[in-house]
Amino acid sequence: MLEKISTSSIRPASADLYDWDELVQEDRVHRLIYTDPAIFEAELTNIWGAVWVYLGHDSQIPNNNDYVTTRLGLRPIILLRDSQGKIRALFNRCTHRGTTLCRLERGNAFQFVCPYHGWSFLNTGKLRAVPWPDGYACDFKDAKFNVAQVPRVDSYRGFIFGTLNPDAPPLLDYLGGITGPIDEWLDRNPGGKVVVCEANRLKYKGNWKLAYDNSGDGYHVVFSHRSLLEMENRLADEANKGMSYYKGSPDSKAMYMRYTGNGHHFKDKRPNIEKRAGGLWAVEGPAPGSEHYEAEFRRRFGAKADDILDLAGSEPVNINVFPNLSLLGNHIQVFDPISVDETNVTWFGTRVVDADGTLGDALDEINALRMRTQEQFPNFGEVDDLANFEEIQRGLACLEDEWVYMHRGLGIPGRVKTDAKGEVTAPATDEAFMREYIHEWKRLMKASPSLVVQREV
Amino acid sequence: MQPARDPSLTSYYVTDAFYRELIASFADWQRDDRLITDAAERDRFRGLIEREARLLDQLDFDRWLAMYAPECIYWVPGTPDGGDPRREIAMSFDDRRRMEDRIYRLRTGYAWSQAPKSRTVRMIGNVEVFEEASANKRMVRSNFLIGEFRPDGVRFLSGWCGHRFVERDGRWEIEVRQVNLIDCDQNLRNPSIVI
Ligand code: FES
Ligand SMILES: [Fe+2]
Repeated sequence: MLEKISTSSIRPASADLYDWDELVQEDRVHRLIYTDPAIFEAELTNIWGAVWVYLGHDSQIPNNNDYVTTRLGLRPIILLRDSQGKIRALFNRCTHRGTTLCRLERGNAFQFVCPYHGWSFLNTGKLRAVPWPDGYACDFKDAKFNVAQVPRVDSYRGFIFGTLNPDAPPLLDYLGGITGPIDEWLDRNPGGKVVVCEANRLKYKGNWKLAYDNSGDGYHVVFSHRSLLEMENRLADEANKGMSYYKGSPDSKAMYMRYTGNGHHFKDKRPNIEKRAGGLWAVEGPAPGSEHYEAEFRRRFGAKADDILDLAGSEPVNINVFPNLSLLGNHIQVFDPISVDETNVTWFGTRVVDADGTLGDALDEINALRMRTQEQFPNFGEVDDLANFEEIQRGLACLEDEWVYMHRGLGIPGRVKTDAKGEVTAPATDEAFMREYIHEWKRLMKASPSLVVQREV
Repeated sequence: MQPARDPSLTSYYVTDAFYRELIASFADWQRDDRLITDAAERDRFRGLIEREARLLDQLDFDRWLAMYAPECIYWVPGTPDGGDPRREIAMSFDDRRRMEDRIYRLRTGYAWSQAPKSRTVRMIGNVEVFEEASANKRMVRSNFLIGEFRPDGVRFLSGWCGHRFVERDGRWEIEVRQVNLIDCDQNLRNPSIVI
């Protein structure tokens, strides 16, 4: 059984920090939202505590007692599957004097023993024993000695989220319209499943929102990624590899961006790709083993080879779930703030499973190829974006030049469309999603959420 | 032996058998019973690895690539034990064509992560040579420390390399270079140089 205990009165008075309407306007935002440590501090409560935040993937903790360590904003978290199979997100903090209980990044443990004075806790969070209890007058059955945990943990098709906000909507309502693209992203894989398999782990010296601003930005592609586009097309007969469809006049292409609410948005580039088996593989840039595996699959699987090869192709979507999850290509990308001007960006790779027996002994081979195609973008694309994010952060040190514009597509009649459900659709290079999500951010920053933790009783 | 197809243009050699052989070859090779203590031999490989470090510091990528066998791998694992690159993402796992891609990109003038280019200086040490199952191959372990200057300061990357050398027509070529950063499983800022 769980008892809710309010954390009370630790919340910074973020609602009163600034005139948020001045900082976030219709067409522009103030530099302070990227540079001010006080705003970052307030975000730890109003964003990272108050909305559903992505914590990890089912496949990282497949068995009972498996755990990984992660963070919720800056709060160190142990995400685990307890001895009964229940997924929990424990604060990685001893209830005695505050030390972290677990220092490893992953493992399997039914209990955590504090290295400092030896208090031990079951992976339900419950205090198990303290050394020399006769030195204490208190009752250790009191729930306050059990490890604090995230009161609401829920998952959607393997993606595990948590929030400290009892007033947040149910996860499914929070995700809303973005579940459609998530379903399609999963369902192209056998059994609708993927397994996380290590990551390209990057970091940049810049505010976390620079990454979220970029997550659906179709305007930067041919400029920021010019070296990648030139590289991946250098040997091609037809320069159609990767995101080449952004060249020329991208806004007249069939791709589009859609804002689905609650800060989430979706860039759908699939309409640019020939809709046929093998269509995705045809525009995949060269990867180690490409020609060998293609020949091998065609020899062994005949007409089915195209479907198999498409599993190694990068799915041309960006599915961005506010504030920290982005599904793109075959990656699960996670944004993780470290400070107002430092952010981790982790590109978790995914492999497929042979859910229906169609891949058979080709499973390792298709995954080997899929690993190599996934390594391309972080190595040759993302590094250039991160360099540009860092340079934005440097540029924003110009105190007197206050404004950052995100008004592309604004005010052009008929260009940005809002449907009956309130979803907003715009051409691929528009900044409409930025304006939408940052207004949601503003709404959250104005709010006064009361966050709580839970403890076992 | 010259490959049938040009590995700069197409990739036919990265096969399931290739991966299996690679993983086996990079498991359990740093053993005292395989150590070659002959000073001349050790000096030969130390010289080759030091030359490679100099060419990378000088951004002399053509000469650097020429040190490699036609069918080669530049491998930067994302886990300290190397992992299984068929089932796990590596930081980098480049065949020859992708190594050439990497260099091509750096030369486009639009690789913003390397504009301006990093200045590096590499220290190589603790070189040890080990036997390989084939008589014409050697495994070499070396430690490295790379000082990298970018406009906001100098940082250090450190780790160790496992080189697999192969002798071809009287010349020792690099067939595989596994670069093991000590913090390879941590989030790294701008890993855009050839490490
Ligand atoms: S801080 Fe954990 S037992 Fe003292
Ligand atoms: Fe980008």
